[in-house]
Amino acid sequence: MTAYIIRRLFAVIPVMAVVALFVFFLLRFAPGDPAAIIAGDDATSEAIAAVRAKLGLDRPVVEQFAVWVWGLAHGDLGVSIFSNLAVTRLIAQRLEPTLALTLSTLFVAVALAIPLGVLAAWKARKLVDRLAMGFAVLGFAMPVFVLAYVLIYFFAVRWQLLPVQGYVPIAEGLWPFAQSLILPSVALGVTYMALIARITRASMLEVLQQDYIRTANAKGLATDRVLLLHALKNAAVPIVTVIGIGIALLISGVVITETVFNIPGLGRLTVDAVLKRDYPIVQGLILVFAAVKVVVNLLIDISYAFLDPRIRY
Amino acid sequence: MMFRLFAGLLALLLPLSAVAQEKVLRAVLHADVRVIDPVWTTQTIANIHGALVYDTLFGNDADQKPQPQMVGKYEISLDRLNYSFTLRDGLKFHDGSPVTTRDVIASLKRWGAKDGVGQRLMGYVSEMKAVDDKTFTMTLKEPYGMVLESLGKSGSSIAAIMREKEALTDPQQQVKESIGSGPFIFAKDQWVPGSKAVYLKNKDYVPRSEPPSSFAGAKIPGVDRIELIWMPDPQTAMSALVNGEIDFWENPNTDFQPMLEKAKGIKLLKTGKIDSTQGMIRLNHLQPPFDNIKARQAMYYLINQEDYLRTIVGDPRYYKVCPGLLTCGGPYENDGGTQWMKEYNPKKALQLLKEAGYKGEPITVLAATDHNTITPATQVLIQAMREAGINVDVQSMDWGSVVTRRAKKDPPAQGGWNIFVTTSGGVGSANPVLHTWIGASCDKGLFGWPCDPEVEKLRNAFGMASTEDERKKVAKELQARAMDDVVFLPFGQWDIPLAYRADRISGIVPNTGLVVLWGITKK
Repeated sequence: MTAYIIRRLFAVIPVMAVVALFVFFLLRFAPGDPAAIIAGDDATSEAIAAVRAKLGLDRPVVEQFAVWVWGLAHGDLGVSIFSNLAVTRLIAQRLEPTLALTLSTLFVAVALAIPLGVLAAWKARKLVDRLAMGFAVLGFAMPVFVLAYVLIYFFAVRWQLLPVQGYVPIAEGLWPFAQSLILPSVALGVTYMALIARITRASMLEVLQQDYIRTANAKGLATDRVLLLHALKNAAVPIVTVIGIGIALLISGVVITETVFNIPGLGRLTVDAVLKRDYPIVQGLILVFAAVKVVVNLLIDISYAFLDPRIRY
Repeated sequence: MMFRLFAGLLALLLPLSAVAQEKVLRAVLHADVRVIDPVWTTQTIANIHGALVYDTLFGNDADQKPQPQMVGKYEISLDRLNYSFTLRDGLKFHDGSPVTTRDVIASLKRWGAKDGVGQRLMGYVSEMKAVDDKTFTMTLKEPYGMVLESLGKSGSSIAAIMREKEALTDPQQQVKESIGSGPFIFAKDQWVPGSKAVYLKNKDYVPRSEPPSSFAGAKIPGVDRIELIWMPDPQTAMSALVNGEIDFWENPNTDFQPMLEKAKGIKLLKTGKIDSTQGMIRLNHLQPPFDNIKARQAMYYLINQEDYLRTIVGDPRYYKVCPGLLTCGGPYENDGGTQWMKEYNPKKALQLLKEAGYKGEPITVLAATDHNTITPATQVLIQAMREAGINVDVQSMDWGSVVTRRAKKDPPAQGGWNIFVTTSGGVGSANPVLHTWIGASCDKGLFGWPCDPEVEKLRNAFGMASTEDERKKVAKELQARAMDDVVFLPFGQWDIPLAYRADRISGIVPNTGLVVLWGITKK
């Protein structure tokens, strides 16, 4: 297992190198010029050219790439073209809201989806199953922003129970922190809930037809023990895979949810940087996202060995 | 033991009480603060930041007359060549150091090297010299009537006074610290670019004694803390305002206005008679067909301002047909050249274009897809051009790409362009010298590069004019000439009101050309 993990970690290096190369040149060849955006509406062509020169954007692309890679090799992701702040600082500022939203969303999704999926599989093709899966399909089909606006209207504007927008760091109080996450987590969690519930149902249905489940039932074990201890544990591998993919997707940005609820997360940082052509931020973020995806995939693979003793690396 | 446990839990559950007791103004503006140097960029949001943090020597009042701000007394020689300025008492930077003439001269030199209006002023200045720490002189090569107006302007790139340390930064580079002597202190450690910028009350600030008037008068920091919160989604901003989570929203969408008008505790405020936005269609004078003056003049027959204004704003209370190039309602509004704007006639437009040599070649329009006013205005223009039978090559792109591409002088087929749509602030557009889009200084001018020495001569003459009557006369001649040359096609003027919680805040300073948040107090 240790050798496998080390091998996988080393495999990260070529993946990151390809991502770095691809992102850097894609950005440079895309239309748009940060110097023109910085200079503003009333700037002349000469003023824009002067800003471009000072930012080093008029140098050959290969030279710019070499400078960036040299910085990366020294652990420096660069400095934002606009704010002059270190990219690492900007990413660090957005990490807490993103992690908080990711974890709370997954909590909502998993807490609802697994019971729903298990119930639907247990009562397969009966009314409960149809209702549960109908709910899941509805959750999956409804755009996040529609649900978000509906939630805001009722819970924030009309009943004034929760805030419309914003993120309150946990250091400023547990209840304000939780309040700021309830609506976004529910809006986003419903989509993931639907996905996890359907996977749980499908996986459980397959397991429930196995001989050892029939044996457990024949031995007179209580239904809940059969479902939760025997069936769910053996159906867990695909469920964990979906949850893992969900974590990677959520960390790399849920732009619409972050925008509607005004949460300063990594997704919005990415989109803003792309629109402003703030190259160092985009490059830094894509590298971080790539690393997160690789690590999450590795953790998922490792978890398989714990969930299913037959799997060995 | 139990009491301590309970107290600990309570502390964890409740927000920090110190923050709750502060008077905090939460405002949503049109953009987020990403750049902290108002001289390095002409972005309005950087100037809003600059106006909070930095002070200026002069400030233009509601009538656009310059009034002393950091300056206590000043003298102008009879030949109008020598200016002497003395700083008023009590001016201190946020780090506690006093403001000296060294800081002022270095700041003016940096601003004068970067900003268009500053460059024009510095073209007349032969020398700036410190007499002592509080007095300095400015000597001109020839009289220039816009010295004080330029120093007091509130539109793009205010003449912000920085510490000498920052003012010596290359004008093409952004300063690293934003330490001014203005009414609010920038809390850089709390700045989250793309989300929030925080400003703390400058308790050492000594405001002027005159009442606030636009960019002049007392700049009283009325709250302890200002949070500029960036909300990219207008629906969220509206809900947040209704819910009382924010106090001030600079640019509510016009379709939200009926809801905001009915919402309890909220008021809409038209900020002033010239604090508006002017719509402009810019033609590329370097490329055919608009290198021909007749082709440019043909485009006047495609402008029906009502079409644009109804599409952008909708509610007639908030827009105004304005056929001139200088802000309607401003001191230099006039009818020079406005005969061009009298007739909407697409057939005549095409006929005149053909007479100018247009043979149906594609005309490239840079169409921004993500701007709340420029996008719909461009669509109206494209529709009118198609109605006339013009071959329109619509290049759709985000605004960031438009601002990049419009700087290219190449032919449209090689990445250049023929037409783009933009806007200008009404306060700046009220004055022919401050309104840089009215200029026609060829290669040195703004995108589109109109080239008419007579226009520039008249702008200079406006600057030289010594009486208000003379200025008005020159402004009319200038507008007539600029409209004949088609420096840009105006498509109207609008004044979208800001929205605020009238049950919580008061004291908004109107007609500034820039959102200024000093003077606002909160209950």
